[in-house]
Amino acid sequence: MKDFTILVGGQAGQGSRKAGLVIAKILNSLGYRIFIYDDYQSLIRGGHSFSKIRVSDKKVEGQSEELDYIIALDKETIDKHLDSLKDSGTVLFNADRIEFKKGLGIKSETIAKEEGGSSIMANTVMISAFAKTIGVDFELLKNVFQKEFKKGLDINLKIAERVYVEVIEKTKIEKLENKILPLITGNEALALGSVEAGLDMYYAYPMTPATSILHFLAGRKLGVETIQLENEIAVIIAALGSAYAGKRTMIGTSGGGFALMTEGLSFGVMAEIPVVIVNSQRTGPATGVPTYSGQSDLNFVLNAGHGDLVKFTVAPSNADECYEWGGRILNLAWKYQTPAVVLIDKEISESTFNLDINSKIEQENNSLWNQEGEYRRYEITENGISPLAFPGNGVVVKTTSYEHDQNGLTAEESEEEITAMQEKRLRKFEAMQEEVDNMEDAIKIFGNKDSKNVLITFGSSTGPAIEAAEKFDLKVVQIVVLEPFPVIQVTEAVGDASLIVCVEQNALGQLASLLAKNGIEAEELILKYSSRVIQKGEIEDLLKEIL
Amino acid sequence: MNKLDTNYKNTWCPGCGNFGILVAFKNAIKDEDPNNIAIVSGIGCHAKIVDYINVNSFYSLHGRALPAAEGIKLANPDLKVIAFTGDGDSLDEGISHLIHAAKRNSDITVVLHNNRLFALTTGQFTAVSVEGFKGKSTPTGAPESPINPLELLLASNATFISRSYSGNIKHLEETLKRAIAHKGFSIVEVLEPCVSFFNTTEFYNNKTYVLDDANLDSREEALKKIREWNYEENGEKVPLGVFYEVSKLPFYERVLTNKKEETVEDILKELI
Ligand SMILES: Cc1ncc(C[n+]2csc(CCOP(=O)(O)OP(=O)(O)O)c2C)c(N)n1
Ligand code: SF4
Repeated sequence: MKDFTILVGGQAGQGSRKAGLVIAKILNSLGYRIFIYDDYQSLIRGGHSFSKIRVSDKKVEGQSEELDYIIALDKETIDKHLDSLKDSGTVLFNADRIEFKKGLGIKSETIAKEEGGSSIMANTVMISAFAKTIGVDFELLKNVFQKEFKKGLDINLKIAERVYVEVIEKTKIEKLENKILPLITGNEALALGSVEAGLDMYYAYPMTPATSILHFLAGRKLGVETIQLENEIAVIIAALGSAYAGKRTMIGTSGGGFALMTEGLSFGVMAEIPVVIVNSQRTGPATGVPTYSGQSDLNFVLNAGHGDLVKFTVAPSNADECYEWGGRILNLAWKYQTPAVVLIDKEISESTFNLDINSKIEQENNSLWNQEGEYRRYEITENGISPLAFPGNGVVVKTTSYEHDQNGLTAEESEEEITAMQEKRLRKFEAMQEEVDNMEDAIKIFGNKDSKNVLITFGSSTGPAIEAAEKFDLKVVQIVVLEPFPVIQVTEAVGDASLIVCVEQNALGQLASLLAKNGIEAEELILKYSSRVIQKGEIEDLLKEIL
Repeated sequence: MNKLDTNYKNTWCPGCGNFGILVAFKNAIKDEDPNNIAIVSGIGCHAKIVDYINVNSFYSLHGRALPAAEGIKLANPDLKVIAFTGDGDSLDEGISHLIHAAKRNSDITVVLHNNRLFALTTGQFTAVSVEGFKGKSTPTGAPESPINPLELLLASNATFISRSYSGNIKHLEETLKRAIAHKGFSIVEVLEPCVSFFNTTEFYNNKTYVLDDANLDSREEALKKIREWNYEENGEKVPLGVFYEVSKLPFYERVLTNKKEETVEDILKELI
């Protein structure tokens, strides 16, 4: 298997991320599979940022620890990452800022300026130098530039051309026969999936790592209205208002904003109003480590909202699943008239993946009123789902945060009425459980399906866990739907296991607690809580001790 | 039974100012198509009004009437959306929403039931209670002095600012009609006595007077009218009327601009 990693680093503002993306696009168009991890801090200028581009002939979903190339725009890049460079690795560096004895030094800022550009175009110099080093045809480079540099294309091409001539080709990268797939972040994929399922409106208050959903939808013309409001409380309440009036809405935030949304979530359950809430986790508690990852909101999300309530919570682990679940969850929220949460994290939201769609997402029908007889918004039904109608439809639609009668009027006096409505919702929760029970892909199984040693994981821990399991020939169970819990599928998947190990990125073993609540005991925990994403090598090292 | 009535049992105290608001509002909308109306409320005595009116309604959480009203309007701009809110609701718990809804010029009408205390929780001070207000939470008197909510709304760029009194149903009805007809954010502050915890009936009967419409687009004039009474216990004159009215593009017309010009497929091709 071909599998190599390029790190492009520089000061925030030097354009290392753009350089990484362009390099990724070049390799993508040669048929390679790509995973890009972008690392930056909570600041706008200065500070070190880098992108790690993993390139492989097979689909990859996670970083690799060892580097094959370092492309350094500043000295810190070398200082910080040289240790990870393989012995066979190569360094390309900006000789205007860095003195370094090995590798290829290019006075990239000087060259950029000599060709009439600015010093920020040093990144163009480095892209071209790298492309030539690995033997990419100039025509291909030019094609990618034409797409990626809408502004200043001519100068960038001029710079690239000069460097391409001057640098010596070291190897000739092979073109692969793979189908070329789009490169997309988890957040973008999630947004597109929800659009396919009929998303009408997206409300948000900016919070990393969810913000790029807002930016993406606002910058596109997909017919989705994007609205930024004063805080996350307003966001969820306005979304409920819009859904009450018939519009499919989604909202997005991270842990702190999700905390503010919980009163609205509880309201959504009581009033039976659909809304999809994206919680893209960063390291908590509180402000935590804002631009890094974690899975420590699991407990909170599953227990969010006061009162007796069940909602849907799903945890996609990559762009394909984000796309798929962005759509499926919106359909489920409307089918069951309920809030639903998509739980992801920084690693998924902001990393770039190849999108390989294998299921068609379409808007499914709501549980709409059939226009017969008298309309009651909260009609007592067998499966607990009442008919939906919207204001303006010719009938009176009353919705409320109070416990209510079938017409949506406050119920305080009649114990019977209150019990009946609570039980209507309970039947709906049961129907939601049944929906999950019948979902074959509520969990996914990877690795050696017959192994008695099982790793159980979710979200962004899945990719690294699958890779680590390969080495020891283990079975991996990824839990995709977290609520209602797919207890039948998980129990069956671990039925004859002799060892269960949970792999998760929080300090308390929250997934293990969830499993325990459902009668499944994990013997060992592999936890990571340093804010940086768990690596396959780290899992392997711990597995060596455990097995 | 009026077609706007529900047969829901009314539980307001006899003599409560909310009755006047209910009557005036039903009169104000009697010529409207009820199908195109959605009413919203927060939580408090005032909020029960939605159970008493047979139109589309959204009984929100405490403090959260306004974002719900704004969300409904954005989802369906054909609806006339009226939010009933209390002073505790929109000047304490949800004050940020009030400021921002005004600033955005959201096309909703806000009916602020101002009884100058939390009533449903049995009488504690709010942002507009008189200094020294003796409630159960402040037996020795509220330590804060009131804000002037209409001044706050003027500063927040509200485009229609008015005040009425629940005891002057004719004036209230006319003011509500004008507010609902206004395109953009409108507020009708309704002074209302809470007969159980802060009975201001006599004070308002004696001190309120109706202003003539004049210089409605002048902020300076509006400020003068608004400042004539600063919510003190024994003010001399309490003006009612429309204090300020200007026209400005409503929020929905500015923000609902995302036409469908590309498909998911187009974008995926672009991302290769
Ligand atoms: C989040 C939240 N906090 C507190 C309450 C309790 N509560 C119910 S009504 C109310 C005050 C209502 O005051 P106001 O809005 O002025 O309405 P009024 O009862 O005076 O009409 C409070 C504090 C609540 N329902 N929700
Ligand atoms: S407590 Fe006050 S506000 Fe509430 S119903 Fe009674 S009089 Fe009206």
